[in-house]
Amino acid sequence: MTMLETVDGTEVREGVDRETIETVQAMAGKYKYGWETEIEMDYAPKGLSEDIVRLISKKNNEPEWLLDWRLAAYQRWVKLEEPRWAMLNYPEIDYQDQFYYATPKSMAKKPKSLDEVDPKLLATYAKLGIPLKEQMLLAGVEGDAEPRKVAVDAVFDSVSVGTTFKAELAKAGVIFCSISEAVREHPDLVKQYLGSVVPPSDNFFATLNSAVFSDGSFVYIPKGTRCPMELSTYFRINAENTGQFERTLIVCDEGAYVSYLEGCTAPKRDTNQLHAAVVEIVILKDAEVKYSTVQNWYPGDENGVGGIYNFVTKRADCRGDRAKVMWTQVETGSAITWKYPSCILRGDDSQGEFYSIAIANNAQQADTGTKMVHLGKRTKSRIVSKGISAGRAQNTYRGLVSMHPKAKDSRNYTQCDSLLIGDKCGAHTVPYIEVRNNSSRVEHEATTSKVDDDQLFYCRSRGMDEEEAVALVVNGFCKEVLQALPMEFAMEAQSLVAISLEGSVG
Amino acid sequence: MALPKAKEDALSARLAGLPALSGKGWISAARAEALARLQAMGLPAKRDEYWRYTDPASLNAVDPAAAKSFNPGDEAPPFDGLDRLKVVFVDGVFDPQASDDLGAEGIRIERLADAAAADIHWAQGLYGVLEAAGQSPVQRPLAALNTAFATDGLLIHVTGNATKPVALIYVHNSDNSDAILHHCVKLDPGASLTLLENGPAAARFSKVLEVDVADGASFHHIRLQGRDHERRAVTHLFARLGARSELRSFTLTANGRLTRNEAVVDLTGPDARAHLAGAAVGDGDFHHDDTVFITHGAEACESRQVFKKVLMNGATGVFQGKILVKSGAQKTDGYQISQSLLLDEDSQFLAKPELEIYADDVKCSHGSTSGAIDETALFYLQSRGVPRRTAQALLVLAFLAEAIQEIADEDIAEDIRERLERWLARHGSKAGA
Repeated sequence: MTMLETVDGTEVREGVDRETIETVQAMAGKYKYGWETEIEMDYAPKGLSEDIVRLISKKNNEPEWLLDWRLAAYQRWVKLEEPRWAMLNYPEIDYQDQFYYATPKSMAKKPKSLDEVDPKLLATYAKLGIPLKEQMLLAGVEGDAEPRKVAVDAVFDSVSVGTTFKAELAKAGVIFCSISEAVREHPDLVKQYLGSVVPPSDNFFATLNSAVFSDGSFVYIPKGTRCPMELSTYFRINAENTGQFERTLIVCDEGAYVSYLEGCTAPKRDTNQLHAAVVEIVILKDAEVKYSTVQNWYPGDENGVGGIYNFVTKRADCRGDRAKVMWTQVETGSAITWKYPSCILRGDDSQGEFYSIAIANNAQQADTGTKMVHLGKRTKSRIVSKGISAGRAQNTYRGLVSMHPKAKDSRNYTQCDSLLIGDKCGAHTVPYIEVRNNSSRVEHEATTSKVDDDQLFYCRSRGMDEEEAVALVVNGFCKEVLQALPMEFAMEAQSLVAISLEGSVG
Repeated sequence: MALPKAKEDALSARLAGLPALSGKGWISAARAEALARLQAMGLPAKRDEYWRYTDPASLNAVDPAAAKSFNPGDEAPPFDGLDRLKVVFVDGVFDPQASDDLGAEGIRIERLADAAAADIHWAQGLYGVLEAAGQSPVQRPLAALNTAFATDGLLIHVTGNATKPVALIYVHNSDNSDAILHHCVKLDPGASLTLLENGPAAARFSKVLEVDVADGASFHHIRLQGRDHERRAVTHLFARLGARSELRSFTLTANGRLTRNEAVVDLTGPDARAHLAGAAVGDGDFHHDDTVFITHGAEACESRQVFKKVLMNGATGVFQGKILVKSGAQKTDGYQISQSLLLDEDSQFLAKPELEIYADDVKCSHGSTSGAIDETALFYLQSRGVPRRTAQALLVLAFLAEAIQEIADEDIAEDIRERLERWLARHGSKAGA
């Protein structure tokens, strides 16, 4: 027997494909991204107060109007109560026991280009598999006749480390940068659209975000432009006891198109960390936005110790006629997920789609779904939600379909299916259906079942072990959603489905 | 926990309009406990999760809004030709003259007003007990109010197979009547009973029906809620089902300003079955709300919910249905369908069909649809020479059929179909036809 090489300490035998070993290792390893980058950080003092809001604003060199906007949000937030209607059970969050701003020391002086960024930071993203070099290829798509490019904005704790392909995008008129940069460089655009989809008064977590948001991405696609490449933002929480409050604003002007990807991870820690993001999307006449997320924050260990508390407000406003939005999300991480990407279908003939896979294993709890608010005539929406519960996890689909009296001849189709693996977990469905005119059709279907024994038996009889068989059946269950993902995400999502279910059998 | 000020005030106002609780007999403890429950919860408010689609203001008001009783003309009252044991309440008060003798084979019936004075009674184990159990996880303050303040109703103990159905007839006479009735039905193991209810009862009607269905027993319930246009009603059915027992309940609602029908069913023994169905037809100022909560607490139980609503000229239909499958309730089969047919642009349907499941070997599904009548089908029928109005009625009946099929007795089902046909002949959407 000849030993060819070693992959992370495992000897690889001849005839065994290196990729196979890596895949198996990836599936066996619990949370792949649980490591931490040791880097010197600058923190704002712990806790939340008006001074902290002022400090964050000052660190970002923000104009007066934005500071006032933040302060108004903070004043409102102090008076608000945390919502408790979701089917989530978690201990009281001490909002004063958090850092609201953390940035690598090396970022104190803004690097002019990626070449000036601290190599440790770059190494972090390299290790995560996020291409910060303007490379042509993405993992998994090697050998494509025409390699696809993806521009990346990398956010590390409270700051954006850098954005790739900016020059090339600028040629097409596309603005893609961190939101703090957008505030400085494109204040009029930011001022016009910030908070216009998710106002600071929207809900407890959105109000908190409005007061303390640090970095996030800004995207503007000019009229009639098809964004020449996919855009993506990669969020990494690294610092301990630090919340991440990013804010993303995407404006897609008339007739434009963009596909946007979002990914996120965090180190393994035994304390909970807060993540309260806001994503606003404005879609004008004839424009289209695809927004795909693979949410893989640290979920906590198998006993429910640690993990991210993920409270996110995401909303797309189809302002113009024939505007289109598609949300696709794969939710595998976080100890607590509270997230309802929504579509306001204001323009006539506008369309909203929501495809979701939510996997909760061990002690994870997810309460997620969507809102489809039909205001315009002949608006269409489609919801496909697949919830998978394993271990002692609780997984809830919560959604709203609302047909306003003026939304004549509109259409909604909703399908939400839940799959239970094991008898200690829970799967719940809480849809709200409000139909206020009769020319619209609304159809809602939901099923709950367990992993089909016959399918499992078949896979087992073909020599698969039980865990593999479950992963395969679950991937089949999620097929409709996986197909809606951009290709490289679909690959990642499929293996994530397997990893997230690890340990759920037997 | 202290109530918010607004709730506190609303409750004090309401309680001031009710008589003080009497302190006699076994029932006084049950009433006092119910009052304590009510005081802890307060009255329902529009902001409460399960009242978001129905405004409880008219049910909370101290005085009921006036309502005229409806004259059905020469239409025979429902269940008239059946061999039945007839019990009549006029504006919520038992009418011995109009009622049959309260004794029959296999059943013991007592009037709540009479039985309440005794020191001990079998109904102690049931009156307010299922209602109290049904207050969690969702609060039902109006049911607690009923338990505390009901002065009339029936206590029915079924020891064998009741040979004929018990028919409760609720007559509405006075325009300002405010009736509170509370019935308890206890079915011994293997016993069976069919309970029929019809009539509007009063200008404002509150009714609680608590049913204990022991192992192997069977309870069939068919109700027609009366056609008064102005009446308001809030009703609660609380049922506890033992092993291999069966509950079938069907409700037809035509008209009524406000109807809130709650059903709280607990499947506590294995292989129990609960089928709940409702057909509602509303024209104009009509608000109809079905709120159902079914708990699967044992293995291999089956539940079915079939609720259909036909709404026209600005009518509103609400459906809030929940299936809760507890951990350990394996082999559960839960099915729920809620559908509405909106005959014009002004009508609306608001639904919240929920599943909450803690067991993995289950088969649960729900479906909900809302939409207009199928124009293609209408066109087809018209092209065959069927007038538009008749064609519409045919399609409406076809739409309601799935709910009516839940009635086991074919003759009653047929009678209900005919009634609906006549109703549809009299009512039509201003927009359609």
